[in-house]
Amino acid sequence: MGEWVRIPLSSNYAAAYAAKDADVDVVAAYPITPQTTVVEKIAEFIANGELQAEMIHVESEHSALSACIGAASAGARVFTATSAQGLELMHELLYIASGLRLPIVMSIASRALSAPISIWGDYSDVMATRDSSWITIIASSAQEVYDSIIQAYKVAENPDVLLPVMVAYDGFLMSHTYEPVYVAKDRSTILEFVPKRKPLWNILDPDKPITVGAVGNPDWYYEFKYQQVVAIENSLNILKQVFEEFGKRFERNYSFIETYNMDGSDIAILTYGGLYGTVTEAVDIMKKRGLDVGAIKLRVFRPWPTEELIRILKNLKAVIVIDRAISFGAALEGPIAMEVLATISKKSLDTALHSYIASVGQRAVTEEDVMAMVENSIDLLKKGVSLTEKSIYWGVRQ
Amino acid sequence: MSSSPKLHYKTVFDIPKEELFAPGHGLCAGCTAGTIVKLLLKVAGPNTVIVNATGCVEVSTTTFPYTSWRVPYIHVAFENAAAVASGIEAALKVLKAKGLIDPNKRVNVIALAGDGGTADIGFQALSGTLERGHKLMYVMYDNEAYMNTGIQRSGATPQYAWTTTTPVGKVLRGKIQFKKPVAEIVAAHRIPYVATANPAHFLDMMNKFRRGLEVEGPSFIHVLQPCTTGWRFDPRLGIKIARLATETAMWINWELDYGEFKVTVPVPKRKHVKHYIRLQGRFNHLTDRDIEEIQKMVDSEVERINKVVGKEIIGPVVE
Repeated sequence: MGEWVRIPLSSNYAAAYAAKDADVDVVAAYPITPQTTVVEKIAEFIANGELQAEMIHVESEHSALSACIGAASAGARVFTATSAQGLELMHELLYIASGLRLPIVMSIASRALSAPISIWGDYSDVMATRDSSWITIIASSAQEVYDSIIQAYKVAENPDVLLPVMVAYDGFLMSHTYEPVYVAKDRSTILEFVPKRKPLWNILDPDKPITVGAVGNPDWYYEFKYQQVVAIENSLNILKQVFEEFGKRFERNYSFIETYNMDGSDIAILTYGGLYGTVTEAVDIMKKRGLDVGAIKLRVFRPWPTEELIRILKNLKAVIVIDRAISFGAALEGPIAMEVLATISKKSLDTALHSYIASVGQRAVTEEDVMAMVENSIDLLKKGVSLTEKSIYWGVRQ
Repeated sequence: MSSSPKLHYKTVFDIPKEELFAPGHGLCAGCTAGTIVKLLLKVAGPNTVIVNATGCVEVSTTTFPYTSWRVPYIHVAFENAAAVASGIEAALKVLKAKGLIDPNKRVNVIALAGDGGTADIGFQALSGTLERGHKLMYVMYDNEAYMNTGIQRSGATPQYAWTTTTPVGKVLRGKIQFKKPVAEIVAAHRIPYVATANPAHFLDMMNKFRRGLEVEGPSFIHVLQPCTTGWRFDPRLGIKIARLATETAMWINWELDYGEFKVTVPVPKRKHVKHYIRLQGRFNHLTDRDIEEIQKMVDSEVERINKVVGKEIIGPVVE
């Protein structure tokens, strides 16, 4: 169980504390708003001797992830953090980090993508990494950021997984707002849960020379990629085990999805990140007004938690998906709505799906907005709309 | 460590017999990159990690399930060999400090990249790595174009050279711009050791590799690498052309060791550049007048170098 202290932390600081308590060896990062305070805090920890790590002050995010790849290949536990354009600049290396099966952990203060330039929060950056074979966790509180990063190392370093993990949260709305967070009083509490990994076969060691990053011609490339398919499938089980062990040990319980007020609700709102808090507030208000609506938080985006989701969706008349990014020109432009639709189709459920886009570029979404979306959705249901023809762009000036 | 140490490799008998670069790789017959890599590993020895940028050496030595590398080797991407190497260096340093690996084991970290991966797409990562002062050696094998993708011009392609993207046509004849002076730009970072080398002067080259691995901080060795395929010459002529590069002063072997500049291969009697140029198909279109123009540029460069050295380290053209 260990001893814990409750301190006020922003999600950025929570990420930094988690990296410190996981005793990371190498941190390579480049400043970008709104991620910067993660790296500043880690620099402070190193400067004060609270963390023994090499900090590589790289000249770009491309080099940040490159240096992490090098360090992880040499057997170090590594950490990096970024946002938006920085994540885009890393894009090439995202695929290489996972292809080389390196257990890198990265925190993302999610932010809108240029152009026009916007430093504000949305999930365009994270959604653009969809196919990069990174395990992707989206947190909705600073506590969850801290806990998810700890869990991330344990999953990433599992020999049946060996994939990088990103832990994302809302830029500004979470990265720069303070909440009370329990952090380990002593790092040993964390390291007992997630001990430093023993060198596996894939370490650059002169005593056992190996070639990393070989050329995969048509007779081999496909098998390498299929191994990643198996690894990310394996990660479903490993994630589950890690969540359970974490809950048992630390009494904070997590799963792939979280739900709220589902009993007696046949309509639920599904979203991700900090917006989940607004949604649950709206649920409370609606309940007081006599309307029971549930809330579903998608916490793990990759691997997609099909089974967990089906278990919940099958009891619903309709699910309202609020997306925070746009997949331009897609069949359904809410990226998560599209996946939910595929999940519904897998089991031929008759759950209606209403797709909304909101909070793009951090356009404010209040409880009132959420309640209005629910009203709108109920209207659609009355009209017999089981699937929105297109995603509904909430609050945009058309 | 303010002055150069005594030369370690004096004769061919001083070269270690151990082969860490395995035969059977797919480099072109007559490729001089193989010579450079083989000798590099003889200097570095088994306690070495190689970080290789995408390029000729990478594609021709690591086709799964085969490898030519008997030392740990990693390839990540085209533009980031320096950054990857800096991550490895940092990791080894902290893992030693934390007692997680043997603190007394000295491991050489060597980044190996071509001219495209260094002078063009990889330059930002290189500059950042040099500025941060990681203890690693960066070896640039310079075949003066993107040979792996089919001879496209790079920042390191010399003026007038034909490449597939600087073709010889009715209006334009080869590359218009000068060759980027990569080693000099690297030297401006004021790192401990910068040198230029050439596989024809292999002992000189090996001594430079050795010195580069010895200094505390980053080192950079810029090696000319004649390319039979892209320069359009008979495969048996690679080393001869490399030697002619030095004898004509088209290429000068120098080092900058903690600020001390030295031309390590003096050329008392210089050959005319035509001896170097006329052996290469990439310069076939040049007229005698064009070649004279190149000669003038080389002459003025020789004059500049002699001034820096303070004596006539490179002599006049005699043949």
